[in-house]
Amino acid sequence: MTMTDDPATHMDSASHMGRPRLRREDPELLTGEAQFIDDMSLHGEVWVGIVRSTEAHATILGVDGSAALEIDGVTEVLSGADLAPLWGEGALPCAWPVTDDMRNPAHLPVATSVAKYVGDAVAVVLADSRYAAADGAAAVSVDYDPLPAVVDVEAAVADGAPLVHEDLGTNESYTWPLIPNPEAVEEAFSNAAHVVSERYVQQRLIPAPMEPRGVIAAPGVASGELTLYSATQIPHILKVMTAVTLGIPEHKIRVVAPSVGGGFGCKLNVYAEEILCSALAMDRGVPVRWTESRSEAATATIQGRGQVQHIELAADDTGRVQAVRVKLLADMGAYLQLVTPGVPLLGGFLYHGCYDIAHYSFECTSVFTNKTPTDAYRGAGRPEATYAIERAMDSLAVAVGVTPEEIRSRNFIAADAFPYESCAGLIFDSGDYQAVLDKAVEMAGLEGVRATQAQRRADGSSRQIGIGFSSYVEMCGLAPSRVLASLNYGAGGWEAATVRVLPTAKVQVITGSTPHGQGHETSWSMIVADKLGIDPDDVEVLHSDTAISPTGLDTYGSRSLSVGGTAVFMATDKVLDKARLIAAHQLEANEDDLEYVDGAFQVKGTPTAAAPFAAIAFAAFTAHDLPDGMEPNLEAHVTYDPPNFTFPNGTHIAVVEVDTDTGDVGIVDYVAVDDCGNQVNPMIVEGQVHGGVLQGAAQALYEDAVYTEDGQIVTVNLGDYLVPSAAEAPVYRVASHVTPSPTNPMGVKGIGEAGTIAATPAVINAVVDALRPMGVTDMAMPASPQTVWRAINEAQGGAS
Amino acid sequence: MIPASFDYKVAESAEHAVALLTEHGDEAKLLAGGHSLIPMMRFRLATPTVLVDVGRLDDLRYINADNGTISIGALTRHSELEHSELLAQSCPMMASVAALVGDPAVRHRGTLGGTLAHSDPASDLPAAVLALGGTIVARGPGGDREIAATDFFTGYFESALADDEMIVEVRVPAGGAGWNYQKFNRRAQDWAIVGVAVANAGAGVSLVNMGSTPLRASAVEAAVASGASAADAAAVAAEGLQPPSDLNADADYRRHLARVFTQRALNAAGVA
Ligand SMILES: Cc1cc2nc3c(=O)[nH]c(=O)nc-3n(C[C@H](O)[C@H](O)[C@H](O)COP(=O)(O)OP(=O)(O)OC[C@H]3O[C@@H](n4cnc5c(N)ncnc54)[C@H](O)[C@@H]3O)c2cc1C
Repeated sequence: MTMTDDPATHMDSASHMGRPRLRREDPELLTGEAQFIDDMSLHGEVWVGIVRSTEAHATILGVDGSAALEIDGVTEVLSGADLAPLWGEGALPCAWPVTDDMRNPAHLPVATSVAKYVGDAVAVVLADSRYAAADGAAAVSVDYDPLPAVVDVEAAVADGAPLVHEDLGTNESYTWPLIPNPEAVEEAFSNAAHVVSERYVQQRLIPAPMEPRGVIAAPGVASGELTLYSATQIPHILKVMTAVTLGIPEHKIRVVAPSVGGGFGCKLNVYAEEILCSALAMDRGVPVRWTESRSEAATATIQGRGQVQHIELAADDTGRVQAVRVKLLADMGAYLQLVTPGVPLLGGFLYHGCYDIAHYSFECTSVFTNKTPTDAYRGAGRPEATYAIERAMDSLAVAVGVTPEEIRSRNFIAADAFPYESCAGLIFDSGDYQAVLDKAVEMAGLEGVRATQAQRRADGSSRQIGIGFSSYVEMCGLAPSRVLASLNYGAGGWEAATVRVLPTAKVQVITGSTPHGQGHETSWSMIVADKLGIDPDDVEVLHSDTAISPTGLDTYGSRSLSVGGTAVFMATDKVLDKARLIAAHQLEANEDDLEYVDGAFQVKGTPTAAAPFAAIAFAAFTAHDLPDGMEPNLEAHVTYDPPNFTFPNGTHIAVVEVDTDTGDVGIVDYVAVDDCGNQVNPMIVEGQVHGGVLQGAAQALYEDAVYTEDGQIVTVNLGDYLVPSAAEAPVYRVASHVTPSPTNPMGVKGIGEAGTIAATPAVINAVVDALRPMGVTDMAMPASPQTVWRAINEAQGGAS
Repeated sequence: MIPASFDYKVAESAEHAVALLTEHGDEAKLLAGGHSLIPMMRFRLATPTVLVDVGRLDDLRYINADNGTISIGALTRHSELEHSELLAQSCPMMASVAALVGDPAVRHRGTLGGTLAHSDPASDLPAAVLALGGTIVARGPGGDREIAATDFFTGYFESALADDEMIVEVRVPAGGAGWNYQKFNRRAQDWAIVGVAVANAGAGVSLVNMGSTPLRASAVEAAVASGASAADAAAVAAEGLQPPSDLNADADYRRHLARVFTQRALNAAGVA
């Protein structure tokens, strides 16, 4: 395929691919017909209420449930010690031991002796209603003996810091270096004409999906089976992990994710409540359920980000960067959840951004603190990496005395350099970073904006304009299984699909990729319909239930389309291969002489001799007259393991206006040009960009999981934790530039995380750009009005 | 976050509501739009054992003008103020402040009586009623009494209402020309970090979230009255005030914001 700007031109003119199509998922969601966990109920169910630590770090001296047991409907109060026999040694799983010597403290679903963060489960109440469970949990009194808490990551690695896990003797979990050629890096820095050296703080973020978590575990008393309903992104992984953790035979476990109201990575986990409800259900022989409250979600569900980054660039006198050196402190929180330790690594390969930099040095030290564990959150490691390099590139531009777009252009990987081997050892698939930037610059009308900016500066206006660039590349489509092996990840990265043609020529697609808002049903049906020449509405997509879709690795890391969608694409090809044999048999023709046009096989050049898809489907079903030795039915299964990651990229430009009297920042224009390869449904692509950009801008301007010095979290509701709404969203101007990925047959890359990765540095770079003439050179996140106002005052030498 | 259990009674009339309040004393709470009370109950900051629902008293949903006074029934929704043609003509400030409260869902439930009775220093409409020099009509077992807005807000979430009293009406003088309302917040749906209401070309100025109650900026009013410029009048906006510190703003920054927005509001209200 050739490079072009219009995604639709890659596709056959009669096709659905590349054309906007409304999401078939939405009517159910919008009318309330969709069933979420909390819409379900099972006969005889018991509600769990969880007593959560109010201390960041404390010895649990005792749990007194007597007051709770007085409450109508409360049946039992269980301490961590009471529950321990249910899971024995079975601690919550961490699937990514990134180094052989990584320290991974045992993490029980309910703490027995020491509470290690505010929100840590310390006791459980069983009751006959959610209200009684909540009242009961509130009435349990826990006797704590407070211990010193470690809250800040930098303090956690200081000498004499209190220890989160006394027995480990240190707060460090692991150090992971990626330094292919240390001498070359040193040399680049000693020869550099310009050295940029910066420290950035990635605040912690609360994922806050629309639907908090929820679990129902239903036992089959006679069968020994467990059905686990969970608001999860990963029913397949959860099934394996529940089996391993609780010793329930895996074939006796079925996991169902009903409609799931967003996840952003926070539902890519195996949580205490899933294990707790499962263990209790199997033990008591009744369904056991729990629904997370919004405030509970602030500490009981993982948080994102939480890093302190040191980045240095060594550049020659023209601003060409020769080496990048990064030292990272990553906040793991109190325990390692499913992929906690791997998150910094996902960024660890990308601190050189989309630039052709020869030498690389990355080192991450991951640290325990007395806070909620961190884990994957939209972008997982890559937003952090992009933020660091994109902020640093702006500083370099200033040092060299060129514009932000010029410093980027001077350093971009050239369009003719693909496949490109990066200094961190990845092979980038395709791209034309300069073309993408040029398009963004043009759309932004940069000259005009710069003229307004200059005028406001000259006038000393209190409404200063700032322009922020962010050029990014991400590694997506997790992931080639062998690469995951080399990173010590505990699973593969393939995806499975089945395409099943029914007797009436309707099609069922079974995907191992588990949607929770992305629109898989719409996209997968378009892929299959296009290949089979049928209507997308004749294709049903089944998922999210391990009894229906037994094989899969679920949804995260912008992998669904490039891995799961490719599996669907290839399984459809397999169906067509078999259909072709049946058609050849029916038409008494040689299969090589057949072509598939508009839903029928025909003999090339003889359109009258045709075997329509419906006739083939029916013939496969009746099996009355199939080629000798052919099995009946038309169905194919494919497990696809990608040979490489995909590398979506783009340039975003944010234009902000800063009210210098108040520090208030408004995004007045936002241009996003993304290259996610070929597009199946551009409407879904655009939706992902819109949501992603706002989520990224939210880190820049609004969101912050605020902890006090003693480890109390302050932002536990959506009044204090500022998730922006549609009213705060900028008016997006979105475009794409397509370089198909050569990695997979559809040439797709992934768009789920792009906006979030790009937007944060674009917005902060814009704020800094607006205020640079006032002496501001850095900006902490979130750039709240008060923070910005203080930064201006400090830069002006005034009171802060 | 689940409220504690409570008993629920529907009031048939304002008198019935007052009788129920009298019967149940401080155990009882009126429920109007529920958009302040129910969140408080969910966080268990309020645990009334009896809720008296006045939300269905449609005869207390009205906006009338008579002899230069606008009378608004206590159960009038914010959205009804926002879209009232009468207010747009006769007291546009009330309509425009109402339009800035929360989000559409909040404005369709929240009531004028509720927001005044709640006496949240961060709320918008109390500031408008204060700046306009309004009056609150309270009904109790002994009948109705009028309370000047300036006497109404007595402390942090506290008002001059007795436990057995209900607001039935709010009166503001028609006009208010030379008005402006500045609301500074980070998200459209949020309460003001700081707000400034100016009515009658600076004769009435009130501040939002600058102390423990919605309050009149009497120093600014005095400065305007004595002919000071907007800038000079705004300079005293925070004088003597003890604004709160929270995640959005500490006290010093709030004082600064009060000055900035007082000047902007005065300018927009026509004070040079
Ligand atoms: C998400 C959200 C955002 C909001 N944003 C804003 C905002 O930006 N600005 C703002 O000003 N407000 C805001 N509010 C509050 C909203 O305006 C409330 O609706 C209002 O403050 C209270 O009115 P209510 O009718 O809902 O009162 P309720 O919640 O029903 O009652 C509040 C209190 O007043 C008492 N009460 C109610 N009616 C009477 C009466 N007639 N007589 C005596 N006592 C009575 C109740 O007993 C209770 O103590 C917001 C609320 C929410 C939920």
